[in-house]
Amino acid sequence: MADEKDQHDSPYFHPKPYGSGVTRRQFLAVAAAGAAAAAAAALSPLKDLTQIPTLRQFLQKHYTELTPEEKKEILGRISAEVREKYGVTPHLTAQPPLDGVQFAYALNMGRCIGCRKCVYACVNENNQSRDPQIHYISVLEMEKGAVNVETSNTDYEGQVPKKGHYYMPVQCHHCEKPPCTKVCPVKATWREPDGIVVVDYNWCIGCRYCAAACPYHARRFNFKEPYLPKEDLNPEMGYLSNRPRQVGVMEKCTFCLHRTRAGKYPACLEVCPTGSRKFGNLLDPDSEIAAIIRDKRVFILKQERGTIPRFYYFTDV
Amino acid sequence: MFNLFKFLRLSAAEVLDGDWRYYAWMSGLALLSLAGLNAYSVQLVHGLGTTGMSDHVSWGLYIANFTFLVGMAAAAVMMVIPVYVYHDEPLHDVVIFGELLAIASIVMCILFVSVDLGRPERVWHMAPPPLGKFNWPDSMLSWDVIVLNGYLFINAYVAGYLLYMKFLRKEPLKILYIPFVLLSIVWAVSIHTVTAFLYQGLAARPFWHSSIIAPRFLASAFTAGPAFIILTLQLIRKFTAYRIADAAMLRLRNVVQVAIAINLFLFASELFKELYIPDEHAVHMQYLMFGLHGHNGLVPWIWTALAIEAVAIALLMLPASRSMKWLNLACVFAVVGVWIEKGMGFIIPAFIPNPLGEIVEYLPTLNETLICVGVWAFGFFIYTAILKAAVPILTGRLRLGGVPYTAEAGMEPGGIPKPDFGAGFRPQGARWVDPGPPGR
Repeated sequence: MADEKDQHDSPYFHPKPYGSGVTRRQFLAVAAAGAAAAAAAALSPLKDLTQIPTLRQFLQKHYTELTPEEKKEILGRISAEVREKYGVTPHLTAQPPLDGVQFAYALNMGRCIGCRKCVYACVNENNQSRDPQIHYISVLEMEKGAVNVETSNTDYEGQVPKKGHYYMPVQCHHCEKPPCTKVCPVKATWREPDGIVVVDYNWCIGCRYCAAACPYHARRFNFKEPYLPKEDLNPEMGYLSNRPRQVGVMEKCTFCLHRTRAGKYPACLEVCPTGSRKFGNLLDPDSEIAAIIRDKRVFILKQERGTIPRFYYFTDV
Repeated sequence: MFNLFKFLRLSAAEVLDGDWRYYAWMSGLALLSLAGLNAYSVQLVHGLGTTGMSDHVSWGLYIANFTFLVGMAAAAVMMVIPVYVYHDEPLHDVVIFGELLAIASIVMCILFVSVDLGRPERVWHMAPPPLGKFNWPDSMLSWDVIVLNGYLFINAYVAGYLLYMKFLRKEPLKILYIPFVLLSIVWAVSIHTVTAFLYQGLAARPFWHSSIIAPRFLASAFTAGPAFIILTLQLIRKFTAYRIADAAMLRLRNVVQVAIAINLFLFASELFKELYIPDEHAVHMQYLMFGLHGHNGLVPWIWTALAIEAVAIALLMLPASRSMKWLNLACVFAVVGVWIEKGMGFIIPAFIPNPLGEIVEYLPTLNETLICVGVWAFGFFIYTAILKAAVPILTGRLRLGGVPYTAEAGMEPGGIPKPDFGAGFRPQGARWVDPGPPGR
């Protein structure tokens, strides 16, 4: 016990003279105060933090685990947020997948002229950020004689179609074996029963592992707070598709599920001036998409990646 | 329990005490950490748009540093195996510094992946059900979370237990730590394998989709880690009373020698496979090594890395590096070379060109760089603080019932008190041998 007494009387607990006559304890006290002040200064940019999630938002459950009441309440809350920010009352829905429906998309390579109308129709429909611009569709200008995307160009300008080139729009391929959903550490992205790969923007943690895993460069991340002018807001919106997004989360093409689950075509298809874009239910033998798969020369992009896309390319011949 | 508090309290007192150089070093690190915190606050407010990352290059310096540091953490195993499996004498007294480095490295790893998150407040979504939706076993990221935290726990426990026993001047009970030491060997390999799988499992990225990645990661880890530990040990024996024999350095030199050779061999193997008959997937390697269509942001970096690694391997193979001066130089080159090669040189080329053939280069922003500097500074801060408390425990000065040094008792050059040997310590030549070596 004598030893322990000594410990308490040890120089660790007593001031020790330093060169300038300042004791160690005084020095440490000043250092601690300085450190606290410096830490406060370091954190000062946080005063500009505008969007602090409420407790309710913070604790919101995964979309697939919400009860119908909770869903209703959340849709109400998001509608109110949209109304406040954009001055428009949205028609926000959370349509479930339809039974007996497997959606698929087909693109006629012989007809596409690379006009990029689909790119911008998609942006208008899906309330993407206008600054920075987020596009779900990339239109590749390919050199004739190659199906190699490495020799393609997305930055082409001027009149289209250009001689010696053909055009290949690429968007989310809604794979049957999507690598993006497999790698997500929190199951914030998954494949719905009708084949549409979706993201829960309120569950995504923003690690961007899915973007690294996607062979089609289909995923888009909100690196900045999305900017959407009030007059550009599309008030017809779905929870899993085109409701306004937040900074720090992933988004992507959803086959316009707020439209397609209500029996309409995706926006990119409707706007296409050449009729290159076809969409429908694979399980319906009378559908256009089923006829294309049956009768046309169809191929898929990057078949060797084993993703089994639901997005097909075909030619008329 | 009272003793444990005393252990913690006296260790904390030890961390707060030091000469002006110690205070200057720690204050400098604290300032850099705060600069990083400041930059992170800016990123929290404005989003990851404050970085140089884009949808094309969606991972950058954060993930590059994370990858490198997982290797640093795993490297402790290169000391644990010789000591606990082969009962290697020279490394015996220094193995604990590897375990302590692992702790600091994992803390940095966790910080680097955290600052990379777009919505850090949602990390609780990673909790297992029913709370979160942890995607285990599908997502390799979920495996990484498990193995990294497990490795942190194992090393903190083993090092903490051994230091505490040393503090109490008790013989550590083998049953209480040897199983964890053996587990740590497998676990160390697992953390770096899982981290490699995180990349090499992605068929979308041909640059990563290669079965050589996990072996390459281990080889580069066992190059940079032990090289870094050599440098740490040099500083410990320069600035503290803890005596470390040259034999320990030379044994680690052997490890680095072999590892760097394997690392460069594996890199060369991959280089050959990509470039001998370049197919469309060779573009990433071409971008890295020679530039692609006029874009060559990484070319100077990778050639610098290879050049200094070449100097490092030459020095390590020559007898010259038996002298500590040349060994230190070789180690600095090995660490920096691997940091470039498996950090930026591994993460970024996988995204350039992107899967649709577009070339968008990546240049980190100042804010992003400051965050990286801040995390590194914080890691060094933690490592220094841990060493500050661990060294006097290992020398036997800081112990239960010991007589702490006083100003009157005299200080060694550099403000380091002369170690006070308790009963059972016997000086042997220039080296002090402690009575209860851990691990025996």
